[in-house]
Amino acid sequence: MADESIQNGDSQASNDDITMAEPEPLPSASNGAADVEVKKEVKLEDLFADVDSDDEEFPSSRPQETQPSSSPTAAPGSPLETGISLKASDPEILRSFYQRLFPWRHLFQWLNHSPTPTNDFAHREFALTLQNDVWRRYMSYPTSDLMRKEMLNLLPSRIEIGPVYTTNPRDRKTVRNASAFKPIAKELCFDIDLTDYDEIRTCCDKANICQKCWRFMVMAVRVVDAALREDFGFKHIMWVYSGRRGIHAWVCDKKVRTMDDQKRRAVANYLEVIKGGSQGGKKVNLRRPLHPHISRSLDILAPYFQTDVLAIQDPWHSPDRAAHLLTLLPDRPLTTALQNKWDASPGAWADIDAVAKSGASKSLDARQLLEAKQDVVLEYTYPRLDIEVSKKLNHLLKSPFVIHPGTGRVCVPIDPRRLDDFDPLAVPTVQELLAEIDQWKDVDGDQAVVKEEGDAEIKKEDGVKRSNIQDWEKTSLKPYVEYFRSFVLTLMKDERDARVKREREEADGMDF
Amino acid sequence: MKANGKQYPVTRNVVDHRKKQFADPAYKETDYPHRLNFYAVPPTADITLEQFEQWAIDRLRVLAELEACSFRNKTPAETAAHMKPLLEKYLPLDSNSSSSSKLSAERQKDHYSHFILRLAFASTEDLRRRFTRVETMLFRLRLNDDTTFAKERNAFVQSLNLEWDPVSDEERREYASELAALSGFRKGVQEEENWFKVDWERVPDLVEGRRVFLRAGKAYVPSRESTSMVIAEFTKRLERALELTARALPRLDEDDRLTPILDHLSKNFITPDASYSSSTSSVPGADISAKNVDALSSSFPLCMQHLHRSLRRDAHLKHFGRLQYTLFLKGIGLNLEECLIFWRTSFHKITDDTFNKEYRYNVRHSYGDVGGDSNRRGGGYSPFSCQKILTEHPPGSGEAHGCPYRHFNLENLTALLQQVGIADRSVLQGVKEDKEAQKFHMACNRVFEHVHKNEIKRAKDDGILTSAQLETIVHPNEYFKRSYLLKNLEKGGQDVKMEEA
Repeated sequence: MADESIQNGDSQASNDDITMAEPEPLPSASNGAADVEVKKEVKLEDLFADVDSDDEEFPSSRPQETQPSSSPTAAPGSPLETGISLKASDPEILRSFYQRLFPWRHLFQWLNHSPTPTNDFAHREFALTLQNDVWRRYMSYPTSDLMRKEMLNLLPSRIEIGPVYTTNPRDRKTVRNASAFKPIAKELCFDIDLTDYDEIRTCCDKANICQKCWRFMVMAVRVVDAALREDFGFKHIMWVYSGRRGIHAWVCDKKVRTMDDQKRRAVANYLEVIKGGSQGGKKVNLRRPLHPHISRSLDILAPYFQTDVLAIQDPWHSPDRAAHLLTLLPDRPLTTALQNKWDASPGAWADIDAVAKSGASKSLDARQLLEAKQDVVLEYTYPRLDIEVSKKLNHLLKSPFVIHPGTGRVCVPIDPRRLDDFDPLAVPTVQELLAEIDQWKDVDGDQAVVKEEGDAEIKKEDGVKRSNIQDWEKTSLKPYVEYFRSFVLTLMKDERDARVKREREEADGMDF
Repeated sequence: MKANGKQYPVTRNVVDHRKKQFADPAYKETDYPHRLNFYAVPPTADITLEQFEQWAIDRLRVLAELEACSFRNKTPAETAAHMKPLLEKYLPLDSNSSSSSKLSAERQKDHYSHFILRLAFASTEDLRRRFTRVETMLFRLRLNDDTTFAKERNAFVQSLNLEWDPVSDEERREYASELAALSGFRKGVQEEENWFKVDWERVPDLVEGRRVFLRAGKAYVPSRESTSMVIAEFTKRLERALELTARALPRLDEDDRLTPILDHLSKNFITPDASYSSSTSSVPGADISAKNVDALSSSFPLCMQHLHRSLRRDAHLKHFGRLQYTLFLKGIGLNLEECLIFWRTSFHKITDDTFNKEYRYNVRHSYGDVGGDSNRRGGGYSPFSCQKILTEHPPGSGEAHGCPYRHFNLENLTALLQQVGIADRSVLQGVKEDKEAQKFHMACNRVFEHVHKNEIKRAKDDGILTSAQLETIVHPNEYFKRSYLLKNLEKGGQDVKMEEA
């Protein structure tokens, strides 16, 4: 402790010097004599980086006013002006994004489950894809500020989140035996990708998506969300758009995070209905009567099947797809009759019942046909989970709010209450967001104030109240960050309540 | 060793409860009211050193055979039939109603041998896991076996005190239709069935198979599924007990009479499907290179041929397909450089950049060229055995890995076999039967024998095949090796050494 306080004193002094001149290290894009000076100072600040930001995380240690705000007009605007034309993975774009928009503090609170740093965050593995495409695993950070600082340094194009380990992942090589370093907790994750729908969607294929096939993701969220909440009783489920063609779910309940692989596998397989590879034939094979989860899913999916699959996708229009539908139906006379009909005109779902009623087949079992039709509905609507992601405790998954390098879109959380309104193609790209900051005007007519994320205090200068608006609030990222924040707050509240309760119980247990 | 007549309290350090960890072993006459045992209380009576060793070996024999059954993918019924004579010989366990005079002795042997093996298999995590697995198999076998004596079985289950909440009538009314849907899984089960309610995490395997009704984190378990709850509980407790045993092991204050026996026991418990070692997998004289894979692929088993064909058709394979195929190629002796060339040229639709970014690392990782210390030291992963391919990661949509005999439907399997040139009706019929009986490796071996029938005949006539080479193939790399050697009998002549296997 003594050591730390000495360093604190030092850093305070030097910190003042630096912050007087410049609140943030300037991007290297700037030039001239000032550049040299800035660079020197950047190094100085780096020297005390750890101590400096620790202070912010332990709020009592030092009054915040020691950081005088700098003149806002000196903001490093250079990368933004050219931003629109730059690629999403461009280092300058990333720097501005990580510096001004990425919600570091909320991310920290989300993974830390408490405002004060714990091992939940400090022992959490992050994997970074760096600018030169080097992939670096087992990174970890004690606090959100240290993480932010390093991200500004490394400018990773992708950040993935792994499990919490028994020891700090950075120290994994110093533990005596390998078994002392093992993953102990992670959210239960789900990954659904539209590429897995290529067999049944007609509008797009591969990495392409449109509003039509996005409806499959809506169905998937509805079904999986219902099962996780109603059946398993999970509460804290966050859905995240992956930035291009898929969707992730993070189930964050405390009990869920410590589940072992066997239990994860159990949940994953409970949810999995579409099975079999490209050669497996019929992909839905279910026992009758249907399990309550399946009947409920069918109830959820049936309307979507009418509106989105039949009306919009029209999945059996082409002859080879119609042929596939025939393989899923029972009773040979029926399928032959349908085949003849469809040879003449494109396949249509309504034909099945029409032909069945016309008495084309004597042997037809109505119940069997109904079951086959149910299976078809499921095959064409039920979520196609990439369940490997869910089965393993130590699987890495891309962090929310990272930018998808291909599309430039931010991986934003989706509010399930407004799922139907969510349009993946309207999710802002990083370039748009940076432009929005520049265009933003304060209600008081002030110029845009460049401020760091996490610097939430109202700043005062010459007694004039300055705007407290953070950069993300000036952009269309705002609703997503707000939703994320409310999600994180609810999660933290639950964890705190549980902790208080446990402590009370333990205290009760003591006095006997 | 002065074993004769020497008595020794063998298990004094094996305790199941933290508090008892350091307690002195108090002699207690154990009585065995039930046929089955949860092995909660360690034995304290004295036995001879010979008994100590013999009982352990007998139990080990049973466990090893059980494990072998699971590797051969036998159904529970087949396993039970296979194990019956062995169990009667080595580890008999009669029910109370059998009024056998040896009841107590049988149960004592079962009890003691279990605890001796705990000592032998507690030392490493790997051994502990395997021990738990096979002991659970044995327990399941016996529990199912007990159905003929339902009363005794129920008495045993009751004695366990498994904290199951009964489902109230009110709840049964509320969820009547859901529960009915589950009861309907087996015909003839009436509404009168009893239901238990437990945290779903206690019955993950029932949840996994959707064999219970779930609501708000509680699993509603029909009484007929209680078996699986009992088994889960058995596994859980054994795992915990082994963990404690492992911690107590260093304090096993022992005068070097037991340690050698225990060491010996654990060494004899080697995996029958031990990973395919690269030293024995190479084929002398073969040109194993990227450009030759097409030619070699005719000697590949169907799973690998399918991967190869999918790769050639799509110029792409998904993750598990790449993994399964890469490791197989590594197993046949394709080195890392050639393997990278192979994948690069096969994925001809993508740029160098994409390949380097997305695929190169994984190939290198499989070879142990990158990754964590243990991965590099161990030279990457071992090629997948049939067991692994059959049981892990069944292929999902658009994926080509797995075992065609298992993961294809019959039409597609037949089509694939015909594509690779197997048109013989009797073979196809045989494959169909094997598939229906879930003997996928038998189907594969049947195809192997058909494809190589001339060579096998010649090899047998010339007496170059050793008996080991006629055993059932349970590894794709073994398939390739045998196939390659047989096909090159005429060409290679003397320099093909068949005794290498």
